[in-house]
Amino acid sequence: MQTIDLSETGLREMNKMLHAQADNTNQTAWEIVNPKGAHAIACGLDAPIEVTIKGSTGYYCAGMNQQATVNIHGSAGPGTGENIMSGKIVIEGDASQYLGATGHGGLIVVKGNASSRCGISMKGVNIVVQGNIGHMSAFMGQSGNLVVCGDAGDALGDSCYEARFFVRGTVKSLGADCEKKEMRPEHLTLLQSLLDEAGIDADPAEFTRYGSARNLYNFDVDNAGAY
Amino acid sequence: MNKHDPKGIPHTTPRQSATFTQDINSDIRRAAATGIYDIRGGGAKRKVPSFDDLLFMGASISRYPLEGYREKCETSVTIGGLHAENPIELDIPITIAGMSFGALSGPAKEALGRGASAAGTSTTTGDGGMTPEERGHSDKLVYQYLPSRYGMNPNDLRKADAIEIVVGQGAKPGGGGMLLGQKISDRVAEMRNLPKGIDQRSACRHPDWTGPDDLEIKILELREITGWKVPIYVKVAGARPYYDTTLAIKAGADAVVLDGMQGGTAATQDVFIEHVGQPTLAIVRPAVQALQDLGMHRKVQLILSGGIRSGADVAKAMALGADAVAIGTAALIALGDNDPKWEAEYNALGTTAGAYDDWHEGQDPAGITTQDPDLMARFDPVEGGRRLRNYLKVMTLEAQTIARACGKNHLHNLEPEDLVALTMEAAAMAQVPLAGTNWYPGKPGTTY
Repeated sequence: MQTIDLSETGLREMNKMLHAQADNTNQTAWEIVNPKGAHAIACGLDAPIEVTIKGSTGYYCAGMNQQATVNIHGSAGPGTGENIMSGKIVIEGDASQYLGATGHGGLIVVKGNASSRCGISMKGVNIVVQGNIGHMSAFMGQSGNLVVCGDAGDALGDSCYEARFFVRGTVKSLGADCEKKEMRPEHLTLLQSLLDEAGIDADPAEFTRYGSARNLYNFDVDNAGAY
Repeated sequence: MNKHDPKGIPHTTPRQSATFTQDINSDIRRAAATGIYDIRGGGAKRKVPSFDDLLFMGASISRYPLEGYREKCETSVTIGGLHAENPIELDIPITIAGMSFGALSGPAKEALGRGASAAGTSTTTGDGGMTPEERGHSDKLVYQYLPSRYGMNPNDLRKADAIEIVVGQGAKPGGGGMLLGQKISDRVAEMRNLPKGIDQRSACRHPDWTGPDDLEIKILELREITGWKVPIYVKVAGARPYYDTTLAIKAGADAVVLDGMQGGTAATQDVFIEHVGQPTLAIVRPAVQALQDLGMHRKVQLILSGGIRSGADVAKAMALGADAVAIGTAALIALGDNDPKWEAEYNALGTTAGAYDDWHEGQDPAGITTQDPDLMARFDPVEGGRRLRNYLKVMTLEAQTIARACGKNHLHNLEPEDLVALTMEAAAMAQVPLAGTNWYPGKPGTTY
């Protein structure tokens, strides 16, 4: 285990050390202490390493992550895991807005709640939230899966494309062109695997699936009022 | 005898309305027939005060010129030296603006790379990500970081020679984009992670930040991910140039790209293009003022775009304080867009060479703004690259010709003092004297 005290090492040196790890590194376990809400911690990683951050993080922690596992033992600031490509981010506390924005792949798990615009423009990432999520989540979501074990705020999935949303609790309102969908066996299987991967014990049968009604895929003036 | 009036009373000449012109009436008829606003490509077509309203004075008894062909007039520019380990070094101050793969064909993007590289300058990706042919043929490639993040991935980000965070563009300040279904080919759909054939929207604002304070943190993240190696530009539309430039500099930008309303887009509403934003001439001085007020002029570079067509435009932009310019529409024309040789086909599309702007429909007879394999095959990227290189060289020679005539041994030494304006409007916007006077509207210390 390599331990970095961010208050002594500084952001640039810390990220430089993490970026220096290659695919075959033997230094696979890293611990960052004293993060104190700093921005851009462990962003741009691209190696099969596990980084555990002991405390809360600021903006864009683990942004554009590839391969790495990043554990945040605290709460995470805005844009955590933005544009994640692969790997895994686990947030023990709550996540601020824009969690996993535009993420292309990988998994983000939130043990607490996630704020507004969770999964905005998601492009393949899987996000599992044990608590609730805020308004405008998965806005323009293109693909991937957003699993919410609690409730969803206003305008879930507004203007979404092919992303799937599974919500166990209530949805305050659905966004434009987002509708309730049938939960077929393949969705139950998918949801179970996502919950398993996230380490969350929940019954897929208790969830409702939502997704695009596909009415806004091609512009039609008669739909102008929906925007 | 008036043949229509048996009593011989004279008729008035049929008079067209200055308000309801034939153009306006055709807009109304089109709207009434379709129920949809007009979407088109390109920039503002309306006449606005422009660099054409400025003139260089040239040398005189008090200013002596440099000898053409003998005395050197430098054209190089370094962009992004403030924070980046590897700033961009360009031989000429004319760059190629961001245009997307998707809006343009792969071979067209390749030609832009070929032409820019041969002329010693940079080209820029666009909404839709970085293509291998573009990276492969561009010596210096600027990677646009756009609100939609289509095709955005850290591997490409690290391959870029600079990153351009796009906040807005001159054709549509505050607007997003639309790529209609007919241009979403398999390859475009795959790069953008969208179903084939749908109308694809490009977001108007970034999904993970709002405001200047967030922008500063976003720039920090991009620098951390790229190891502080490459410059980070911020592109803004010519909306509020003084404040936008100020905020971009304070957020830590290495360069500001400022795009006036003549700057083109692949597709947006005509009403947006023609009625939102400011002319390129009007935005450069406020931006330079912002740089000067912060002590950052020539440290943070200003790249001006929007209707740049000639070496004269380049020289005027630089005289007003820009460090470089970017061209988009002009580069497409150099490649062969809107060439009269396709006139019969433009006519078949209901338009004429020079006026064709329905690039989003994917039927470009020149094979440049299309994803149709048959049309694309008409365009030769090697020949296109050669034409672009020639055009860039000519623009540079023209700018040098003017600079030498003004006694300048570097394009950057051109100054507002070299210019006069032909109109009151241009004098006010460019803050240079109206020709024949020593005055411009708003000149400090003057009353009027």
